[in-house]
Amino acid sequence: MSEKLNAKIPEGPLMEKWTRHKAAIRVVNPANKLKLDIIVVGTGLGGASAAASLGELGYNVKVFCISDSPRRAHSVAAQGGINAVKNYPNDNDSIYRLFHDTIKGGDYRSREANVYRLAEVSNLIIDQCVAQGVPFARDYGGLLDNRSFGGAQVSRTFYARGQTGQQLLLGAYASLNRAISKGQVKSYPRHEMLDLILIDGHANGIITRNLVTGEIERHSAHAVVIATGGYGNVFFLSTNAMNSNGSAVWQCYKKGAFFGNPGFEQIHPSCIPISGDQQSKLTLMSESLRNDGRVWVPKKKEDIEKLRNKQIKASQIPEEGRDYYLERRYPAFGNLVPRDVASRAAKERCDAGYGVNETGLAVFLDFSTAIQHLGKHVIEERYGNLFQMYEKIVDVNPYNEPMMIYPAIHYTMGGLWVDYNLQTTIPGLYAIGEANFSDHGGNRLGASALMQGLADGYFILPYTIGDYLAGKIQEKKTDTNHPAFEKAEKKINEKIAKLFAIKGIEPADYYHRLLGKIMWNYVGMSRNEAGLKKAIEDIRVLRDEFWKNVCVPGENNEFNQELEKALRVADFLEISELMAMDALNRKESCGGHFREEMQTEDGETKRDDQNFSYVSCWEHKDNDTHEMHKEPLNYEFVKLATRNYKD
Amino acid sequence: MVNRGAFDKILQAGGFVSVNTGGVPDGNAIPVAKEKADESMDAASCIGCGACVATCKNSSAMLFVASRVSSLALLPQGKVEAARRAKAMVAKMDELGFGSCTNTQACEAECPKGISITHIARLNREYLCAKLKD
Ligand SMILES: Cc1cc2nc3c(=O)[nH]c(=O)nc-3n(C[C@H](O)[C@H](O)[C@H](O)COP(=O)(O)OP(=O)(O)OC[C@H]3O[C@@H](n4cnc5c(N)ncnc54)[C@H](O)[C@@H]3O)c2cc1C
Repeated sequence: MSEKLNAKIPEGPLMEKWTRHKAAIRVVNPANKLKLDIIVVGTGLGGASAAASLGELGYNVKVFCISDSPRRAHSVAAQGGINAVKNYPNDNDSIYRLFHDTIKGGDYRSREANVYRLAEVSNLIIDQCVAQGVPFARDYGGLLDNRSFGGAQVSRTFYARGQTGQQLLLGAYASLNRAISKGQVKSYPRHEMLDLILIDGHANGIITRNLVTGEIERHSAHAVVIATGGYGNVFFLSTNAMNSNGSAVWQCYKKGAFFGNPGFEQIHPSCIPISGDQQSKLTLMSESLRNDGRVWVPKKKEDIEKLRNKQIKASQIPEEGRDYYLERRYPAFGNLVPRDVASRAAKERCDAGYGVNETGLAVFLDFSTAIQHLGKHVIEERYGNLFQMYEKIVDVNPYNEPMMIYPAIHYTMGGLWVDYNLQTTIPGLYAIGEANFSDHGGNRLGASALMQGLADGYFILPYTIGDYLAGKIQEKKTDTNHPAFEKAEKKINEKIAKLFAIKGIEPADYYHRLLGKIMWNYVGMSRNEAGLKKAIEDIRVLRDEFWKNVCVPGENNEFNQELEKALRVADFLEISELMAMDALNRKESCGGHFREEMQTEDGETKRDDQNFSYVSCWEHKDNDTHEMHKEPLNYEFVKLATRNYKD
Repeated sequence: MVNRGAFDKILQAGGFVSVNTGGVPDGNAIPVAKEKADESMDAASCIGCGACVATCKNSSAMLFVASRVSSLALLPQGKVEAARRAKAMVAKMDELGFGSCTNTQACEAECPKGISITHIARLNREYLCAKLKD
């Protein structure tokens, strides 16, 4: 194990670790906070909550994002909800239960101490958001309402119609605005981080490109926080926002931060199926729909034929002709099995020839039973805007006919490796939100990303970063004329010049689309050794081709989205290789990582705890090679078991 | 290229509840009538796209400002400083050179989120009350 890989998990019983740790770490007094600068990159739930909280504490914060306003981070897309263990419904929820569900949902590949802390602070998040004026759904008595999400048998998900992410982000962004108005935070919208600056091995600043003027700028600080979200867009077609990317994480990786579990991706079972070759984005249908929606395909191949030829409608297929395959295979959890399980089950049916649309890549999500039992108005109140969105895109009314859904790439559990303090292997460099690897193991449970982003930003980082900064109060601000800035800026200018100089034929998107196909086919829902090896070769060839033949029009010193894309795609062409290498190394199936060689007789994932109970932590080496280290996962409190959603 | 930076500035003037992270009451400590919470949610669905300003003959940002003021004023958590908020946000809007509202309702017709101009009425009420108290 590399000596850098010290997870710094506090001693003591699980329930007391965080409390003890908080008592043990240092704090910075108010006068000294004023002398300390922090850079936060990203304004999603993680970045916005962190920047606001750190600003309120008195640090000088600079916050950066790609969009024109911090509020337009990808987090706004989240529909379904956010988990917490309030136990308001009295269904016997508890910190331990959420902790256990998360560990189990992640297929026993996450760190106990971090996950327990996440569950522990979850309730504070709801209180905080309510105080900010987030209009969560309420019942007639005026109290907060809950719904259920996959992988849980209790109702612990709080929601704001179908716009939970947007409402939570508005709350965090409002707090950020308040901090900005008080001069505690300075906001730099439309500034993209292009490199991390290290001085004596410590994170001391970043280089950004002003996306409007093209200007390359230098920013120094005593610590840098990466909150740039996930890298799911490596698949080209994903549910992520168009400008979600992996570049900042990759820059940190190349500067020495370890990358944890790069091969763990989440495929969401309910997206609107792909409808053509020109599509560039996929639309998610929230998991909350599986509260009331039942997933099925026809039992008989004749019905499939008729559906595909449009001779019948789904609603004409009688009850006995339907295979509610999730209820059949997983009686205990039914339609609310975790995402990886639901996705693979859909693939299994479609691969067997039961896909219900022309491409054979779709299954039904049906609300007729719920409408019968609860009435249309209840369903409308719960999911009205999702139904509207579906109808607008597909032109089918889901009140009358079932939705058609198919799995798509949604989330990356992998990310920058962080210790218990959320610090990467580079001192002074922190990673929060989807950008880090920490809490979700091999599969994330629904409604837990929003929880994790806000837990990190509001309640964990503001404490743990103080411990590091307490040692920096004597340290002067770093001069941006330092040679490290000089060197990094020069390298970036060269990279940009090189891209313009290629003057090839194909736009960056062309390569991105091809990369996406490689990834989906070989590093997607189902993986095997030969396929992963082929993916690695294909990616290398494509990367060479990109650097020979990409066309980047325009100039650097202007608003140039083609240049932005080319820079991001260049990084995706490298990240993808590491993802495939990681997936190749992990010769077991767990969570969303399904190795065909490792499955049970009935096609479920088969873990190998003997050999793979570790976080794979990759280190960038000279000549763009990668070395893997292991952080062993020692389960002290949970007994490892086979995930069972059947009974 | 659209620049909605002015919207950020208006919100920075007061579009928040003045609470720091931590030290807040339990989420269920203060019940909120469902109707109020729903109406607050209606207003909060504003995405800050700017279609209301673009379509208004006076380039007024009233619907945008109203949606935030109204959404917070409807909740007990936001009610506390509703008057101060309304004044500060309207002043900022004026300072930034947005036109005044002449009630043509073009904004409501254009709003992709269907935000109703009843929120403008609520903003006017909050604003007037605030001014009267001055
Ligand atoms: C359609 C959809 C629905 C979802 N629904 C749910 C749900 O119901 N519940 C749930 O818990 N989770 C949900 N998720 C997952 C969740 O939304 C995300 O994991 C989470 O919002 C990520 O937040 P974040 O703060 O880590 O990053 P993001 O919100 O992705 O923010 C990243 C920020 O970094 C900035 N950035 C990126 N690169 C750079 C750079 N180089 N320089 C400067 N700035 C940069 C961006 O501009 C942005 O501000 C959903 C995801 C999707 C795609």
